[in-house]
Amino acid sequence: MSETKYKMIPTRDGFGHGLVELGKVNKDVVVLSADLTESTRANWFKKEFPDRFFGLGVAEQDMIGVAAGFALMGKTPFACTFGVFASGRAWDQIRVSVAYMNLNVKIVGTHGGISVGPDGATHQALEEISLMRILPNMTMIVPCDALEAKKATISAANHKGPVYIRLGRSGAPVITKEEDVFKIGKASLLKDGKDVTIFACGTMVYESLMACETLSKEGINARLINMHTPKPIDKDCIIKAAKETGAVVTAEEHTIAGGLGSAISEVLAENCPVPIKFVGVRDKFGQSGEPEELFEYFGLKAKNIVQAAKDAIAMKR
Amino acid sequence: MAQILDIKELKKKAVGIRKDVLKMLTMAGSGHTGGSLSIVEILIVLYYREMRNDPKAPKWPGRDRFLLSKGHACPALYAVLAEKGYFNKEDLWGLRKLGSKLQGHPQIGLAGIEISSGSLGQGLSIANGMALAARLDKSDTRIYCLMGDGETNEGQVWEAAMTASHYKLDSLCAIIDYNKLQIDGFCCEVKDMGAYLDKWKDFGWNVIETDGHDIEKLINAFDKAKTVKGIPTVIVAHTIKGKGVSFVENKVEWHGIAPKKEEYEKAVKELDEELKKI
Ligand SMILES: Cc1ncc(C[n+]2csc(CCOP(=O)(O)OP(=O)(O)O)c2C)c(N)n1
Ligand SMILES: [Mg+2]
Repeated sequence: MSETKYKMIPTRDGFGHGLVELGKVNKDVVVLSADLTESTRANWFKKEFPDRFFGLGVAEQDMIGVAAGFALMGKTPFACTFGVFASGRAWDQIRVSVAYMNLNVKIVGTHGGISVGPDGATHQALEEISLMRILPNMTMIVPCDALEAKKATISAANHKGPVYIRLGRSGAPVITKEEDVFKIGKASLLKDGKDVTIFACGTMVYESLMACETLSKEGINARLINMHTPKPIDKDCIIKAAKETGAVVTAEEHTIAGGLGSAISEVLAENCPVPIKFVGVRDKFGQSGEPEELFEYFGLKAKNIVQAAKDAIAMKR
Repeated sequence: MAQILDIKELKKKAVGIRKDVLKMLTMAGSGHTGGSLSIVEILIVLYYREMRNDPKAPKWPGRDRFLLSKGHACPALYAVLAEKGYFNKEDLWGLRKLGSKLQGHPQIGLAGIEISSGSLGQGLSIANGMALAARLDKSDTRIYCLMGDGETNEGQVWEAAMTASHYKLDSLCAIIDYNKLQIDGFCCEVKDMGAYLDKWKDFGWNVIETDGHDIEKLINAFDKAKTVKGIPTVIVAHTIKGKGVSFVENKVEWHGIAPKKEEYEKAVKELDEELKKI
C-alpha cells in the first residue's frame, strides 16, 4: 500500500466520525470503552458527549454485559476495544448476554488483522469473522475503507440486533465514494468481469482492485465484489457470480479457517460448486513487523490474488 | 403493584413455592434442586414486598428489575412468577420440555424474565448497564441481581463489582445466595474465597449480612439497602442449599439432580408438616 493515488485513512477514523455524527441525531447512542478510548477513536464521541460515554477499565467481559444492560433499557450501546479482546476475550459474554438475547448491542473491534503491525500476534486479530459469524442473530461487518466504516457505523445503529464491526489500525486507501450506497448484507460490485470473481473484504478489497488491474493487462477479466458483510452473507450475489464466471477467489486479512472464504464456500458448495482459491492467513499467528512487510510475508498482496485467480481459472474444466 | 402480604402468609407462600419447584423438577426428570430451594424466601420478599412490578404489564418501563444471574435456579423463579400471575401455573409442568418457554435455563421471551442466563458470572455486568441507563433516563428504577456464592469465583463478577462502585450505583442491589456449596463440594474447599464479606467491602460495596430464610430479616435488609446512597449494596444471605427438604439440605449431590417420584412424595409430606406449624 506504499504508492497509491488514494487518500490513506484508517477505518477506525471513519468509525470515530460516524459515532460523533450518530451522537448528534440519536440520543439513545451510548459508547463504552475498555481502556482503549483513544485507540478506538471512541474519544471523539467522549469529547462531544461526555455524559453518554462510559469507561469500564480493562474489563471486556464486564463491558459486554454493561452493553447488554444498556440495550435491555432501550439504549444503543457501542462497546469498543481491540478486535482480539472484543471477539475473543468476551466471546461467551457475547454469545449469552448479547446474541442469545438478540440485543441491540454494537461491538466495535479495531486493530483487526496483521495491519496492526509491530505490536505482534497478541494484538493482531485474525479470527473475528469466524468467531462472530457462528453466532445466531449476529451481523458481522468488515468495512473496506474509512468512508465505508462511517456508513457501516451509522447503519449498525439503525439496524436492530447485535452487530460486530471489524476495523483496522493503519491507514487504508479510501477507494469508495461518498455517493456509494452501503447496505448491510448487500455486497457491492466494484468491477464487472466474466473470467473469475474475487470476493474480498476489508483491506483486501484494495489489494484485489490492484490485482484486477494486473489481471486485465494479462487479458483476464475479473469481477470484484466487496463483501463488506460476511454475515448475513449475500447468497444471491455469490451464486450469480459463480454461475457467470465459473471460478472464485476469496481474499481476507484473516485466517481462512471459518472466515470470509469459508462463508462463501459454504454457499457455493451447496448451490453452485466452482473452483475456489483462498487468499488469507493459513493456520498461523501474526508477528511483529511493518504492515507492508507482513502483507508480503503472509501472502496477502495483489500478486497473490493474481496467482490465485489464475489457479482458480486453470481448475475450470 | 407490590402486593403486601403479612409475614405468615409469605411463609406459607414459601412452602407452596417449594412444592411447585419439586413438582416441576420431578416432572422434568432433571434440573437443579438444591440451588432452587435455597433462594425461595429471597424471591418471595423481592416479588411480594420490595419490588415495584406488575404481572399484568411485565414490560412496564418503571418496574424494578430482577436478574437471576445463577440461572440454574430458574425453577424457583418460574414458580414465583407463575404464582404472581405472569403466566399460567399450568406452564410450570412443561419445564425443560421441547417447545416450552420454561427453558432449562432462563430465556427472555417468557413474561417476567429480564435476562437470559445460565453461563455464570454475567448478571452483575448487565445489572450495571441497566443501572447506568436508568440514571441517564433519570428513572428511579432499582435493579436486583441474585448470584450464587460459587458463581462469584468468576472474574467477571469482580470486574462488575468494581464498575458498580466506581459509578456509585446505589440503585443496584446484589444478593448472594450464600449456601456455601457449589458443584464440586463446599465452596471453601473448591476455592477458598477467604474473608468473603471483606472482599465485597474492599471492592467498595455496602455489605449487609442476613439470614436468607428469615423473611422479616430479609425485608429489613432490602429496606436498609434502599436507604444507602452513593454506593451499591450487596446482601449476603446465609442460606441452606436444598432448604426445606431434610434429605436434600446441605447435600452436595443434590446440586444438579431432580427428585424421583418417591423422593418427591416424601418431600411434600415434610413440607405439609411445615405448613401446619406456620
Ligand atoms: C460459566 C459457567 N461455568 C460453569 C457452569 C456450571 N455450573 C452450574 S451451577 C455451578 C455451581 C454454581 O455454584 P453456586 O453459584 O454456589 O450455585 P448454587 O450453590 O446456588 O446452586 C456450576 C459450576 C456454568 N453454568 N457456567
Ligand atoms: Mg452455592
